[in-house]
Amino acid sequence: MLIDVHAHFLHARTPRADWRERNASRLRAGDRVGITFHVSSVLGSWGLTSPIYFPSPADVEEANQVQRDLEREHPDRIRGYITVNPNYTTHAAAEIARGAVAGMIGVKLAASRRADDPLLDPVCAAAGERGLPILQHIWQHRRRDFPGQEASDAAELCALARRHPTVSFILAHIGGGGDWLHSLAVVRRVPNVYVDLSGSGVDGGMLEACLAAVGAERLLWGCDLTIDTGWAKLRYLEHLLVPADLELVRWRNAARIFPPRAFEIA
Amino acid sequence: MITDVNAFVGGYPWRRVPGTAPRDLLQAMDRTGIGEAWISHLPGIFWRDPSEGNAWLLDTARDERRFRPVPAVHPGLAGWEEIVLRAVDAGAPAVRADPTFYGIDPAGTAMRRLVGVAGEAGIALLLAVRLEDGRQRHPNDRAEELPAAAVRALVRADQRARILVTHADRSFIDEVHFGSTPDEAARIWWDISWVWGPPEDHLETLLSTVGAARFVFGTGQPLRLPETAVARLDLLDLPGSTRAAIETGNTRMLAP
Repeated sequence: MLIDVHAHFLHARTPRADWRERNASRLRAGDRVGITFHVSSVLGSWGLTSPIYFPSPADVEEANQVQRDLEREHPDRIRGYITVNPNYTTHAAAEIARGAVAGMIGVKLAASRRADDPLLDPVCAAAGERGLPILQHIWQHRRRDFPGQEASDAAELCALARRHPTVSFILAHIGGGGDWLHSLAVVRRVPNVYVDLSGSGVDGGMLEACLAAVGAERLLWGCDLTIDTGWAKLRYLEHLLVPADLELVRWRNAARIFPPRAFEIA
Repeated sequence: MITDVNAFVGGYPWRRVPGTAPRDLLQAMDRTGIGEAWISHLPGIFWRDPSEGNAWLLDTARDERRFRPVPAVHPGLAGWEEIVLRAVDAGAPAVRADPTFYGIDPAGTAMRRLVGVAGEAGIALLLAVRLEDGRQRHPNDRAEELPAAAVRALVRADQRARILVTHADRSFIDEVHFGSTPDEAARIWWDISWVWGPPEDHLETLLSTVGAARFVFGTGQPLRLPETAVARLDLLDLPGSTRAAIETGNTRMLAP
C-alpha cells in the first residue's frame, strides 16, 4: 500500500487548457510508482475566477464537487480533502459538513488566512468533530509576505495545533520550498503535527533531518506537483528505514490519522 | 552506463549536507546505478579563488577511475587561461565557472573570453543556474541565479563554444533554446536535475520540443538526491536508445 497524502487535480473551469492531460498524467505516473490512493484537493478555480489561495465560496463549492466527482469516477484510487476558505466561516463549516457526509476524508487549508488566526478555530473544531485531519499549506520559514497568499509557517501551524490537541494536522510539503530546518525544529515537540514529505525539493540531508525531528511515526509520504521527486524520496527512504518504519511512512501513518475505513474499497 | 555530469565533492558552507566525501559519492553512485561522475569541488565555488580547489579535485579524480574532474576557472583572476589548458591536459571533460558566486558579470568581458579560450582549447564550459532552491537559501547566501540571458550571450560569443548548463528548469531551457539560432542551440546541453516530471511533464515536453539530443543525465548530488534523475527517466516511456543517449551517449558530443 502507498498513500499520497498531498495530490491535486485540475478541472475544466481553470486557466489550464491541459487539465485533462495533467490529471491523466498523475494517475498514470501513480500507477507506475505504485500509488494506491491519491488523497487530493482542488483549489477552487485555480485562479480563473478567484485567486488560488483565496478561493471564493462559489469556487470552493464547485471545486469540492469536482473532487467528489473524481472520487466517484475513481473509487479505487482517489480520496478527497474538503477545501475551505476560513474567511467565510459559516460557509467553511457548511462545506465541511457536506463533504464529510459525502465521504471526504480531510480538510484542506491553503493560504487564505494565517494558521494561528482565531478564524481557523471553528474550522478545526468542525474537522475534529468528524475525525478529519487538516492539511495546511506551509511556507517553510516565511520571512515576509508573498503576493497571492497569506502563507503560514510551521510556528503558526503549531500554535493552532496546540489549541486543538485532538486534531491531526499535516504540515504540507516539507520539500516545497523554504527553510525546512526551521519547520522541523518547530514541529519536533508538537505531537499532533505530521510532516508531509511532498514538494519538488529533494535536498540531501532533508529526509535524515525529518527522521531526526519527528521519527518515522510522524512522516507521511506525498508528491504534490512532482511525482518524480516523491518517488525519489521513497527510493531513498528504502535505504534509510527498516521495512516496518518504511510501511509507516508509505501508508500506515496515513491510515491512522484519516477516518477509519477511509482506504477501504467498497 | 550512466554518467552523472553534475556531482560535487567537498563540504557545503550553508548547511550540513551528508555524503560529501568521495567515498560517500561512490556509495551513492552504486546505490543508484551511476557508473561515472563528473565532479566539481563544492567549497571552491565560494572561495575568492575557486581554482585553489582544483589540485585536490584532480588528485581525487586521478585516484578513482569513475570520477572525471571539472576544474573551476575564475576568468577575472590573472593566469586563468593556464587553468583551462591544464584541465585539457588532465583529461577533464569540462571546466566550470560560477560567475554570480565570483561576483562578476555572468555575460561580461571576462566570461566571454573564457568561452573563447575554452572553445579554442576544445573543452566544454559548465554553468550552473543555481545550487539550491532560492526559497531556502541561507539569508547570507545572496549570489544571484545565473540569468538565461547570460547563457544566450555566452553561446553567441564564440562559435566553438560548447556549454553545459545544470540546474535549469523548463522555462529557462525554453527561453534559451528558442532564443538561440539552431546552430547556437546545438552547442548547449542541459542536465535533467531540475526539470520536473509528471504530472506537469516538463521533461517529456522538452524531449519532444527541444529534442533528446540536448539532454544529459545530471543529479546535483549530494546537495540533491541522485534518485530523482533516475526516477524521472523511469517515469518516461523512452526507447532504449534515447534513454541511453541521455544517460551517457550525449556526453560524447559534449566532451568528445
